[in-house]
Amino acid sequence: MNREGVLLVDDEEELVVTLQERLRFRGIEALVATSGADALRIVREAPVAVVVLDLKMPGMTGFEVLRHLREHDPRIRTILVTGHGRTEADPLDPAGGEFEVLMKPFSFETLVEKIRTRLDEFTEDRP
Amino acid sequence: MILPARWVDAPDSPEDLRRYRRIWRFTVVLTLVVSIAPLLVLASLNLRQVAERLRTRQRFDLSRALATAARSVEFIVHERLSALDLLSRETPLEDLSNPVKLRRSFGSLRASFEGSKSGAFGGFVDLGLIDSGGHQICYVGPYDLRGAEYSQQSWFHEVVVRGKHVSDVFMGHRQIPHFVITVKRELDADHFAMLRATLDVTLLTQALSVPAAPGGDMFIVNRSGTLQTPSKSHGEFLGPCTLPPPSYSAHLEVRDDVDEDGAPYLLGYRFIENTPFILMGVRRRTDVRAQLDPIRAEVVSLLLASVVLILLVVLWSATTMVSRMRAVDQKRTEMLHAVEYTNRMATIGRLAATVAHEINNPLAIINEKSGLMKDLLGGVDDSGWKDRFARCIDSITRAVDRGSAVTHRLLGFTRRLEVRTETIDLAHLLREVLGFLEQEARHRTIAIETDFASVPLVESDRGKLQQIFLNLLSNAFAAVEDGGRITLAIRSADGPDRVAIEVRDDGPGIPSDQLGRVFEPFFSTKGDHGTGLGLSITRQLVQDLGGEIRVESEPGHGACFTVELPSRPRPGGGKG
Repeated sequence: MNREGVLLVDDEEELVVTLQERLRFRGIEALVATSGADALRIVREAPVAVVVLDLKMPGMTGFEVLRHLREHDPRIRTILVTGHGRTEADPLDPAGGEFEVLMKPFSFETLVEKIRTRLDEFTEDRP
Repeated sequence: MILPARWVDAPDSPEDLRRYRRIWRFTVVLTLVVSIAPLLVLASLNLRQVAERLRTRQRFDLSRALATAARSVEFIVHERLSALDLLSRETPLEDLSNPVKLRRSFGSLRASFEGSKSGAFGGFVDLGLIDSGGHQICYVGPYDLRGAEYSQQSWFHEVVVRGKHVSDVFMGHRQIPHFVITVKRELDADHFAMLRATLDVTLLTQALSVPAAPGGDMFIVNRSGTLQTPSKSHGEFLGPCTLPPPSYSAHLEVRDDVDEDGAPYLLGYRFIENTPFILMGVRRRTDVRAQLDPIRAEVVSLLLASVVLILLVVLWSATTMVSRMRAVDQKRTEMLHAVEYTNRMATIGRLAATVAHEINNPLAIINEKSGLMKDLLGGVDDSGWKDRFARCIDSITRAVDRGSAVTHRLLGFTRRLEVRTETIDLAHLLREVLGFLEQEARHRTIAIETDFASVPLVESDRGKLQQIFLNLLSNAFAAVEDGGRITLAIRSADGPDRVAIEVRDDGPGIPSDQLGRVFEPFFSTKGDHGTGLGLSITRQLVQDLGGEIRVESEPGHGACFTVELPSRPRPGGGKG
């Protein structure tokens, strides 16, 4: 599957919908999900390349979603967003990887820049 | 009340100060009573025993002196009566009637006593022979008593009846005190003769002077109470004795008596058989006091010294003890305050973190909405309002930045309450925490049982552990009734390098529908009294230390909270 889309995951619907619209103005088409389960379902159906993921959500947390994403397709790039103060890598992360973590409220320009970078990486990685 | 001045200046509450004073007073009084009372009893018993022994000793001394003197007097009198009797029976009557031969017999009689200790010539002053009619037939001695007639005298009749007689002491012709002994010799059915000898009274005084008891007075009275020998303090010689003559007894008698002034004395007496003499001995009881006083003074001064020493030691040790107790209490209070302070800071920190997190979400929405508005404005034709809108949007964005600066500062504050690890003996730490609650447990008679298995030392955060168990124990205390039971146990957990601590109470338990919610923030069963943050914070703390907390409960059968901790730190979890 050719992956090229962006998925925004946050339990705050207003936030993801607004981000989706603003990204469209910048020429980036994005899908939205308001729960971890939604996000995983969308990833299975759509060619998502980059996931912007809120870490704290009711039900499935960001880290769990992240683990499932890795299992589904390890190529998918993630950008983590949190309202909490913790920015360092979480030692409980099963992958032990490093993440981009954005603190809410973040600068939209920074987010756009990071999404573009990830999308470019994805394109370069493509065989 | 004597208390160290620093206690008065100390910053204790008046109630605490009163408590320390009460403990101090109680300790001092109790210790003094149990240490001094037996000492006093012992001392008084000892003094009484000594006095009793002295009294017995005096009684014994007096008895012995009287017995010795009585034997001596009896011996002196009877020895002379025997000698006279022998002379009357062994010597032919003609020889006794002849003045020259009587003088010779008198000489040999006196000579026979020459070796004895009792007076020169045995005390014999004269010797006379008296016939059945009471006439003095023959006489040898310093007085001219020939031809004297005694048939009307009472002693004459007594000799006729009883065969011998010892007279009272009387003042003789030359103002020398004498007493007279007489023996009878039967000649035939109608006739008899008597030998009569006068004896010097010094015989008696010498007999008394030998073993006189110290401080006492020994003398002889006759049956009518006239003094027969000189007395130190009981009347004139040959005058009436100040003491009445005692009633007859065949044995030596010693008894206690009191004189007219109320002063006690010891009286002993012995009737000398076949004589009119009563040997008497008097000993003042004041002698006892005189002998007892130095002993009493010694005992009392020793007692006083002991009491002073005990008092000093008791005061010193009570003061030291209460001071130490107070120091321990103060240290404990300080620790409790420190724990409470940390607890409060943690609560504030977590509340701040929660608030910051909750605010960051709407801030993010505001931020994106205003961003969107700005984006949209870019495509709108220039109009009178466009500039105003742009400025408003900038203003909103700046306000969001300010808000986010505040929330990020709050989150930064929370991060400073991070885990600090050290090596901890869990049993010791739990005992320390129990110490904070000891007083309440005592007041409410709550039994606290500890069952500490031996587990390895853990690397963890002391302050956080203290908070965790203080919170759990406080909850248990709130749950149980007065007189309830709380069990605190340490055991190895199932996983490797993990230990479990159980806090079990016998309170009403937690209803099963609430069991899943007890760790949620703002969930409280205490109504207005609780914040509902206690268990939520406790769980956060446990998770900060890399542990887990579980609760089991059956309504009516209490609750059991189990905290599982790693032996080595493994922080994280829970936040995101």
